[in-house]
Amino acid sequence: MSDLAFFIDYSRCIGCQSCVQACGECDTHRGRPLIHLEIVQRADSVQTTPQVCMHCEDPICARVCPADAIKQTPDGVTQSSLKERCIGCSNCVMACPFGVPRYYADINQMVKCDMCYDRTSTGKKPMCATVCPSQALCFTTLEDIQKKRRGTTIREWTFGDEHVKTKVFVVVPAETNTVHIDQLRRSVSPTSAGAKPRDLYDVAELLEA
Amino acid sequence: MARPPLPIPELVHSYGPHAMRVPAGGWNTIGEPDKLVKTHCCFCGQQCGIQLKVKDNKVVGLEPWEDFPFNQGKLCPKGVKRYMQNEHIDRLTTPLENAGAGAGFRPISWDAALDRTVGEIRRIQQSYGNDAFAILTGASLTNEKAYLMGKFARVAVRTANIDYNGRLCMVSAGAASKKIFGIDRSANPWSDIPKAKVVIVAGSNIAECSPITTEYLWQARENGAKLIVLDPRMTPIARTCDLFIPVRSGGDIGVFNGILHIMVKRGWIARDFIAAHTIGWAEVEKSLEKYTPEYSAKLAGVPAQMIIEAAEMWGPAPTSFLMHARGIEHHSKGVQNCMAAINLVLASGRIGREGCGYAMITGQGNGQGAREQGQKCEQLPGMRDIENPEHRKYIAGVWGVPEESIPHKGLSAVPLVEAIHAGKIKGLLLLCFNPMVSLPNQQFIGEALEKLEYFAVIDFFMSETARYADVVLPGSLMEEDEGTTTSVEGRVIHHQKAVDPPPGAREDWRIICDVAKRLGAGEKFSFSSPREIFEELRVASRGGISDYYGISWERIDQEKGVFWPCPSADHPGTPRLYENGRFAHPDGKAHFQVVEWRPAAEEPDEQYPIVLTTGRVVSQFLSGTQTRRIGALLDQYPEPRCEIHPRLAEKLGIKNDDFVTVESRRGALTVRAMVVKTIRPDTVFVPYHWPSERAANNCTIRAIDPISNIPEFKICAVRVSKAQRPTNAMAALAAEAGGIS
Repeated sequence: MSDLAFFIDYSRCIGCQSCVQACGECDTHRGRPLIHLEIVQRADSVQTTPQVCMHCEDPICARVCPADAIKQTPDGVTQSSLKERCIGCSNCVMACPFGVPRYYADINQMVKCDMCYDRTSTGKKPMCATVCPSQALCFTTLEDIQKKRRGTTIREWTFGDEHVKTKVFVVVPAETNTVHIDQLRRSVSPTSAGAKPRDLYDVAELLEA
Repeated sequence: MARPPLPIPELVHSYGPHAMRVPAGGWNTIGEPDKLVKTHCCFCGQQCGIQLKVKDNKVVGLEPWEDFPFNQGKLCPKGVKRYMQNEHIDRLTTPLENAGAGAGFRPISWDAALDRTVGEIRRIQQSYGNDAFAILTGASLTNEKAYLMGKFARVAVRTANIDYNGRLCMVSAGAASKKIFGIDRSANPWSDIPKAKVVIVAGSNIAECSPITTEYLWQARENGAKLIVLDPRMTPIARTCDLFIPVRSGGDIGVFNGILHIMVKRGWIARDFIAAHTIGWAEVEKSLEKYTPEYSAKLAGVPAQMIIEAAEMWGPAPTSFLMHARGIEHHSKGVQNCMAAINLVLASGRIGREGCGYAMITGQGNGQGAREQGQKCEQLPGMRDIENPEHRKYIAGVWGVPEESIPHKGLSAVPLVEAIHAGKIKGLLLLCFNPMVSLPNQQFIGEALEKLEYFAVIDFFMSETARYADVVLPGSLMEEDEGTTTSVEGRVIHHQKAVDPPPGAREDWRIICDVAKRLGAGEKFSFSSPREIFEELRVASRGGISDYYGISWERIDQEKGVFWPCPSADHPGTPRLYENGRFAHPDGKAHFQVVEWRPAAEEPDEQYPIVLTTGRVVSQFLSGTQTRRIGALLDQYPEPRCEIHPRLAEKLGIKNDDFVTVESRRGALTVRAMVVKTIRPDTVFVPYHWPSERAANNCTIRAIDPISNIPEFKICAVRVSKAQRPTNAMAALAAEAGGIS
């Protein structure tokens, strides 16, 4: 593969689901979208996050597969399970820290985002990143993204004791090196004297200046 | 007698809407397409470039078109799935005649359908006068068809009463722009947005209604721009903007005039620019005195501090861009709202140069072009004025008719339907318009249609409105014909034909030319292709405001669109208007307009204490007659929900997912509640794409702006109460037909 890479910027996502609709249109998907769009907590916010396969350097899904059904291409793309090997046990579904693989009972197989391998291996961009109106999903060079975006691009994650390096980059605020999933839980800071923290996403509170 | 000939559920059974989930030929048989057709999305005014995959004369899929400059391959979900409307099971392929109550529709021949239509036009006009037969059209028509419809009304039918559904869309913005700048068009190409250092987005849910504009905004922000959003709801763009002003519906003038008041006080007014290039500032400046932050905040329904912060961002900025859409335009003071916004731009002097500008975000497919070619009741081609003797004379010359034979100004869409209700208009031909979803006060609209002595509809699907027709004529989809549209930027683009219409259906322009011929005007409608219509349109627009004379289809293809005005073949087109402070009024100046706030036609009161505001969702388009038939889009948001703040919901005893009845003085709808903190607690929101008992327009008010005649879709007074799950026949229908899933 060329020096093109996949970037996700969650702050740009507008939840339109173009990525989901386009993923299903890929020639090999035949109406089955493999990207996930998470609606985080609609009651509180319109925040949504797209989730493609992050293509871990050492993919956990493949490590936990008892049937050795999940393979990586030489250029580091983790593919869907091999049909003839997949036993439908869903170990991968439970193990993936990003929640990417899904088991589909109608075909008795785990299939997942493979970065549009049929497109990217022939010089096209993945469907989702091509159509994404907000370019929260972007397929370009690292140089281009560094020129055009304010944030920093990283691809290292820690989930508690698990350290993961991914092929896919995320764009985060400058001077962040690693995404610490375990710390996000602590980021709701306790406030003094039990005062209710101001909810910046509650329109009623915004109106109470 | 124009009434649905069967109960709605029976008509739905025969003609849909049915949601289709698998492309023509199924997922497994697509293989290599015969051809990829570079064309454009048929939906909103962004008019994104797209490639349609065609196999065996069927549209079977899509491929992004990355070389088209506006969207560079990007598409919203509607664009991705637009191809699914072709080869649809609901597609009409024969003319149908209403056989009367209980008998349903029966197929008739084209000759019989056209003869009957022409006979009824003659009968009605002979009995009641020419203007008793009216024509309603749409803003999703190509420029060629929009031009043809205006000529058809004035030359073949000779009625004054033609108007279009752009009356529900762009007319407030257009009127304001014309009054101040002299032209009804966005002032800048979108490439100016990322160069602005502050951007105001007023009344536009860009993420859902014009999603492709998002990346332009985000790019501006990457370049350091501050982003200000005015909306009663925290939209996806508002979520991360620098200043979100949750303005109350109808309070926008408070924000605009309030900002301008502060700019005067702090010396952020471009006085040299104003002196050189504008008139009317002194009156505006005087009128602003009372718009103190406190007074303005009261009108806007937000804290004064927000208006001060907005002024501090906008006032001293080196470059800026202001864009607005239906949120400020759908008001009985829609023109005033837009003029207040434009005053803000003009007083800053930041217009007509790189990174400095103004745009109205056109909503419908050809929202820009379809309002230029003379299918509005007060307009002739080239944005000419139907009451201007010189304009009339020029167009009479192009058409080869006596000037006095061209009718004068007719009724706009809402008064036109009111005239039907009052029995003054007896016959109607309707194309590309679905008033039985899209017009306010649905009960009244249905009553009006039932009073028609003759009603003919041209459509590719049996829309909710077509059910009332005496005769339904099967027309064509965008991909089955060829022509041009003009995008949100003022860029004239080329829709290529991908496939032929199915046997039995005909291109809309052929149907119209056939009717004209039968009316005895054949020699004026002897077009054999849309390109011939464009050639006449070019000449008709020559010397007008929207001058297309220098545009050819070859140039459009080579240059990937040409921006009007383009008066000659060697003119490069005009991406950016008003360069060097040269405005389009005869004096070359921009004309400031004094704007005073006034209340909405119906403000909340004790009986109806809540504001209802309406709008779109990203997966549906306009009245939904196309997008409710596309399963993947329907599934994304199957039926309308009432967005309500938890504080209001708690007061009313409503929980998330409860059914609620939203009721105004004019009607009601029952839908599920969506309890969210992202809306003002004094306001509820319901999207309008669904019919019958799920129609937001059951509640909306038939009040119109006195200048633009746009209806007040964005504010009316309602009460909201918890309801039982509806169990009647309409509720039992599928979601795409207005049922409850």
